[in-house]
Order: sequence, then structure tokens, then C-alpha cells
Amino acid sequence: QKTREGFFGKITKAIAGKSTVDVDVLDNLEDALVSADVGIETTVKIIENIELRVAKDKYLNTAELNGILKAEIEALLVKGDADATYENYELPKGHHPHVILVVGVNGVGKTTTIGKLAHNFSLAGKSVLLGAADTFRAAAVEQLTIWSERTGVPIVKREQGSDPASVAYDTVVSGVARNADVILIDTAGRLHNKAHLMDELSKIKKVIQKVIPAAPHEVMLVLDGSTGQNALEQAKHFTAATEVTALTITKLDGTAKGGVVIAIADQFKIPVKFIGVGEKAQDLLVFDGKQFVNGLFSL
Amino acid sequence: MFNSLSEKLESAFKNIKGEGRISELNIANTVKDIRRALVDADVNYKIAKEFTDKVKETALGSKVLLSVNPGQQMVKIVQDELTALMGGTESEFNVTGNPAIILIAGLQGSGKTTFSGKLANYLKTKKGKSPLLVAADIYRPAAIDQLEVLGGQIGVDVYSERENKDAVSIAQNAIKEARSKNKNVIIIDTAGRLAVDEVMMTEVANVKAAVNPHEILFVVDSMTGQDAVNTAAAFNERLDFSGVVLTKLDGDTRGGAALSIKYTVNKPIKFMSSGEKMDTLDVFYPERMAQRILGMGDIVSLVEKA
Ligand SMILES: Nc1nc2c(ncn2[C@@H]2O[C@H](COP(=O)(O)OP(=O)(O)OP(=O)(O)O)[C@@H](O)[C@H]2O)c(=O)[nH]1
Ligand SMILES: Nc1nc2c(ncn2[C@@H]2O[C@H](COP(=O)(O)OP(=O)(O)OP(=O)(O)O)[C@@H](O)[C@H]2O)c(=O)[nH]1
Ligand SMILES: [Mg+2]
Ligand SMILES: [Mg+2]
Repeated sequence: QKTREGFFGKITKAIAGKSTVDVDVLDNLEDALVSADVGIETTVKIIENIELRVAKDKYLNTAELNGILKAEIEALLVKGDADATYENYELPKGHHPHVILVVGVNGVGKTTTIGKLAHNFSLAGKSVLLGAADTFRAAAVEQLTIWSERTGVPIVKREQGSDPASVAYDTVVSGVARNADVILIDTAGRLHNKAHLMDELSKIKKVIQKVIPAAPHEVMLVLDGSTGQNALEQAKHFTAATEVTALTITKLDGTAKGGVVIAIADQFKIPVKFIGVGEKAQDLLVFDGKQFVNGLFSL
Repeated sequence: MFNSLSEKLESAFKNIKGEGRISELNIANTVKDIRRALVDADVNYKIAKEFTDKVKETALGSKVLLSVNPGQQMVKIVQDELTALMGGTESEFNVTGNPAIILIAGLQGSGKTTFSGKLANYLKTKKGKSPLLVAADIYRPAAIDQLEVLGGQIGVDVYSERENKDAVSIAQNAIKEARSKNKNVIIIDTAGRLAVDEVMMTEVANVKAAVNPHEILFVVDSMTGQDAVNTAAAFNERLDFSGVVLTKLDGDTRGGAALSIKYTVNKPIKFMSSGEKMDTLDVFYPERMAQRILGMGDIVSLVEKA
């Protein structure tokens, strides 16, 4: 909510007291987009498209600007196919169990997002299994164990320092044996410029495929909503290592605007599926593009 | 982006060779390119504007030196301004109290707990101190365990009270513990919190008021975007922190947030954290950071080419 009001407040200020869209209005709009971490490239693209419209329509009033902006940004956001959304925490049809591998740089909120997903899938009547394949970070296993206790969901784990790929393997084998509906695998945070750590991720993925060739059915890249332009590099390198299929943007309960969503969707065509808005189990929202964009521009 | 910045700078300055002074006309585009590069490096857009305006002012009317080409000269102006901004006041780190009390604060996941471990390790191995780590994060699942694992790795004791849900009294009790165990530095790790979370900001302000720290360090993820200014200003308003710690510099972020924060709160950046291991801590080098933000690798090669 805060995110949206903040953004809209800026847009409103950008056009306050103006009746037509002129250079000033566009400059202010540029500032608003850039300050939301949309990034120069995507901002310029949006502004240029609006400039074209202004030139074509000769007289464009600022009331119309909102509508056009909304359309421009919505056009940039990727729509995953209807089957692959998690509306009401339904799972995609055609396979069972559904395996989600969760990846991302350090501290973005992977483990917490898994806890929230476990909570929500359980509420929706799905049987969930967690895999603690972050065997590296201090007390990462304990952290996920607490989430497993909180949500009443079983967990496959080993001691810190063991091989993450074999934990992932064990988890999927166990999930199949238990007939779980959804398997959520946590991985250690890793910076995308560290080749050996990215290789480890590819290996985890391959090992999972030994059990279920089509898995993981979702590779979820978690991005911190307060991250700036580096999120684009993260999307690029994690995609190269694991073919990321979905994004979750966390910490949007803060003042950061998460404009990164727009830039990444535009440049990498990866759909956003969830947003994190707090630290509690229920603080996860299924991403709804229309609502998100509407939220940006509605008072 | 940075390749194109150096290319742009290069071509921009080709035209002013042989002119006596740098003029408004011949740097207008250059200034815009530098500004955009800064914003791409996550420098706050308003600050990028002010900074490039200042660069422009300095550059305007400067005599084009004969010994170097105008490209080199412009690079030097930018570099000097940025380094001056990043450095400024000499930063001391105050561990003279007995015990010296250090409070660690910041957003969720920024690297506070990891840094607390690294700082304890640094003070123990490099400064001959006898530190005590204090687990005052009563919220995050397994936060105490995490600090205990790190303490174990570096051979530093961790003070915790698993049943106590009051960060203030944990911090106060830790001081008594330090006195009785002859520890001369205590490092208080706190929970991550958002600047807009009134209850949590009050909690950390209360910890500060109760223990009166010698140092309060604000820990920031170097990948932070435009919001860094808001967060830093809000934490500074509540805590009046004494220094900043930049984390995750082992990544490939340009780290423009560092410039934004320095510019906004004018507090020294005291440490750079660049890894998950306990020995990956360094004191802050302004030149290095200035070069990183500007993508100096390219600019240096530009100068070499010139
Ligand atoms: N305010 C807020 N905090 C969040 C959100 N998601 C996660 N966090 C917090 O961010 C911090 C880091 O979350 P983790 O889930 O441990 O992140 P991670 O990506 O698993 O971290 P590593 O495994 O260390 O790489 C914790 O303090 C979480 O409570 C969110 O949506 N909003
Ligand atoms: N690569 C890298 N990772 C780091 C660095 N500093 C911390 N981390 C990692 O970032 C993640 C979060 O670090 P923490 O120390 O748990 O962060 P925190 O601020 O205590 O998090 P909360 O207590 O949840 O708010 C962990 O995976 C750390 O290993 C760093 O300098 N480089
Ligand atoms: Mg984790
Ligand atoms: Mg912590």
C-alpha cells in the first residue's frame, strides 16, 4: 500500500497544476520513475513512448497521462500463462508433485518466502514438503526448521556443511514417496558473480531432474524490493545458471518502490508471481499485474 | 553502460582539444552522461544532479591544460570531487570504553549479524580486544543460533537470553556480563527493521538510550537503490548513528548508495564487508569506492588510451 501511494503521490505532484503534458511534466515523470528504481533505460523507453503519443495527439492533457502511463507499464509487465499463476494457491495441472526451487542473492528473503508459501499452500489444503538445501549459512537449517514448525509442514534436512545437492535430491525423493503436492527447496544466498556458487545451483537443478525429469517446475528468483539496478544483473546471471521462471519481490512493506519489477519484466520477460509485504507467514501476496499497475495510479 | 560512458566521454572531449577553456557548450552532454551513469550506479537521482552541477561548476572556465588532454582533465575533476565527498572527515573507531559498547542496526537482511561476527573477529585478532557478542534480535527465527554459530567460528562468547523478549534488558544485562567476564567490547546485534516501523524504531532507540553506545553503526546492503537516502535519513534521525557499514561489496554492484548516504547524513563510512566468511572485513577506502561508483576501470583505461 505504502509503495503504491508513494509512487502515485510523486506522479500527482509531477502533474499538479498543469493541464497539458509538456517538457516539465515529462521531466518530473522521469524523476518519479527513476526514483522508484525503474532505471534509466526503461524510464527513457516509457517517456519516449509518451512523447510519441504527445506528438501524435497534439493536445494531451495530464488527466489522460495516467491512463497512458498505466497502459505503457502494463504492456511492459509480463503475463505468465493463466495456468501458471498461483491464484488461491492452486497448483499448475499436469504434474505432481510441483517442485519449486528458490534462489537469490544473500539476505533477500528466500527462506522467509518459503515459510510464507508453506503457510499459504497448507491453508489451501495442499500437502507441502520443505527441503533445507542451504547447508552453508550459519543456522539456516534451524531457521527453516522454525518455519516448518510454525506452519506444521515437514522438512528434509541434514547438518550444516553437508552437500546441498544431496539434500535437494533427498527432498524430492521423499516428496514423491509421501505424495506431496508441492515441494519447496531453499538454497543458500549467493552473489551472482561467483561462478562456483552458480555452478553449484546448476548442479542442484540437475540432481533434482534425476528424480523428476521435468522438475523443478518453477525456479523462483527472490529479489529484495529495495535493491537498485543490480537486480538486473541478478536476473541475468541466475537465469543463465538455472533458467529462472518466476520472480518474488520482497520487503515492499518498506518505502522502497520496487520499480525494479518493471525493468526486469521488460528486459528479461520473467513474470512476477508473489510479493512480500512483511515478516509474518501471511505477509505474502500473489502478484496481480493489473492490480499492481492500478495500485500505482489509483488514489 | 560504462563502456559507453567512457566512449561518450572520449568522443565528447575530442571536440574540445585545442580550445582554451572548458565551456558550457562542450561539457553539457558530458555532464548529462555522467549523471546518467551515476543514476545507473544507484546514486540517488537528486544527488546525482547536485553532484554533476558541482562538477560542471568546477570544470567550467577551467583552463584546458596543455600537458594533459581535456578528457583526462575532466576525469580528474570528477574523481577528485567524488573522492572528497566519499571521504571527508577522518573516521575514528571508538573502542576506548570499558566495555566499549557498539550497537548495530539496519534493515532486514542487510548483513548485521554477519558483520557483528566479523567486527568481533577484527577487534579480537587485529586490536587485541576481548569482545562479547550480544544477541538482541528477539524476532528473527534462529537469530540467536546464527550468532552462536558465528561466535563459535571465531572463538568469541555470545550473550543471549532465549526466554527474554525485551531487547533493552538483554542489552543491559550483557553489560553486566561483560564486566564480570572481563570483556572490554560488547557488540549488540539487533533485529532488522524498516524505517517506517514505528514500534521497531522505538525499540532500537530505547536500546540506545539504555546502554549509551560508543559507536552506533548503520549497516547497509551496497546493492540498495534509490531508497537508501530515505532509510539512512530515518535511521539517523532516530539513532544519530556514528558510522556506516557497507556490505556485500564482493558482488558487482556499483554501490552508488554509498554516495547517497554519505551525501544525505554526512556520517563516515567506517567498514566494508565483502564476503560471508569472518575475515572479509576491511576499513573503508574512499578512493576505492569513488572509483567503483564511477566504473573507474574504464575511465582509467580511457586516460591510458588518451
Ligand atoms: N519487512 C520485510 N522483511 C522481510 C520480508 N521478507 C523477508 N524479510 C526479512 O528479511 C530478512 C532476511 O530474510 P531471509 O528469509 O533470511 O533471507 P534469505 O534470502 O533466506 O537469506 P540468506 O539465506 O541468508 O541468503 C529476515 O529478517 C526476514 O524476516 C518482507 O517481505 N518484508
Ligand atoms: N556475499 C556476501 N554476503 C554477505 C555479506 N554480509 C552478509 N552476507 C550474507 O547476507 C545474508 C544476510 O546476512 P545477515 O548477517 O543474516 O543479515 P542481517 O542484517 O543480520 O539480517 P536480519 O537479522 O534478518 O535483519 C547472509 O546470507 C550472509 O551470509 C557480504 O559482505 N558478502
Ligand atoms: Mg535463507
Ligand atoms: Mg541478523
